[in-house]
Amino acid sequence: MERTLSIEIRLPTVLRTHAAGATTVAVEGSTLGEALNSLVTQYPGFEGQIVTAEGTLHKFVNVYVNDDDVRYLDKLETKLSDGDVISILPAVAGGA
Amino acid sequence: MASLVCEVLKIPKAIRDSMIAHCIDGLPDEACGLVAAASSGASTPALVEKCYLTKNAARSAKLYAVDPLEHLKADRDAESNGLEIVGVFHSHTHTEAYPSPTDVAQAPDPTWHYILISLKREMPVVRSYLIRDGKITEEEVVVVG
Repeated sequence: MERTLSIEIRLPTVLRTHAAGATTVAVEGSTLGEALNSLVTQYPGFEGQIVTAEGTLHKFVNVYVNDDDVRYLDKLETKLSDGDVISILPAVAGGA
Repeated sequence: MASLVCEVLKIPKAIRDSMIAHCIDGLPDEACGLVAAASSGASTPALVEKCYLTKNAARSAKLYAVDPLEHLKADRDAESNGLEIVGVFHSHTHTEAYPSPTDVAQAPDPTWHYILISLKREMPVVRSYLIRDGKITEEEVVVVG
């Protein structure tokens, strides 16, 4: 029997308004992409905030599964395991 | 959110000095780091309680990008100490301590403090700004302790 994985997404301050102020959201999914879809299903305000309309990760955010930057894993195809924690942080950058 | 506006940012001298040293160490590239304060604006005006000296992943004299993994570690460390990341500092190696158009365009969080450290002259200059909807508001930096 297929079991639903329990995944937690940790949100940065700047995105918490889309989740009614929550710092973490419990989601489902066996890949990062599915987990982020689950987030959008629960809180439609995330539409387009993390994943672009073209279906790639937005360059203004960094997304991690546990301790790894998903850009160095399989991006949205990154496989998840029960209890994984997805962290989202703003990409902090600028220039002179 | 207007009530949360802090027009003064307090930075302990030791933290100010370590930020400046990190910027000088980073030359000729820009250097950057993150600053943490008590969670949820508990202190008014905001008081920087800790700074995280991060790598500039852009390794450039004109651009900076806080190393993403160091950002994650800093975020977790801050949280475990009852703090949260409330801003970023970076150096301008040859320009004034004022946000550039790139800085404004890429400012991720309207509640953050954007600290600029200019190394243009012999004496480093530290200034801080809030950037909301593309509008730059300077706040006074008060060095304490």
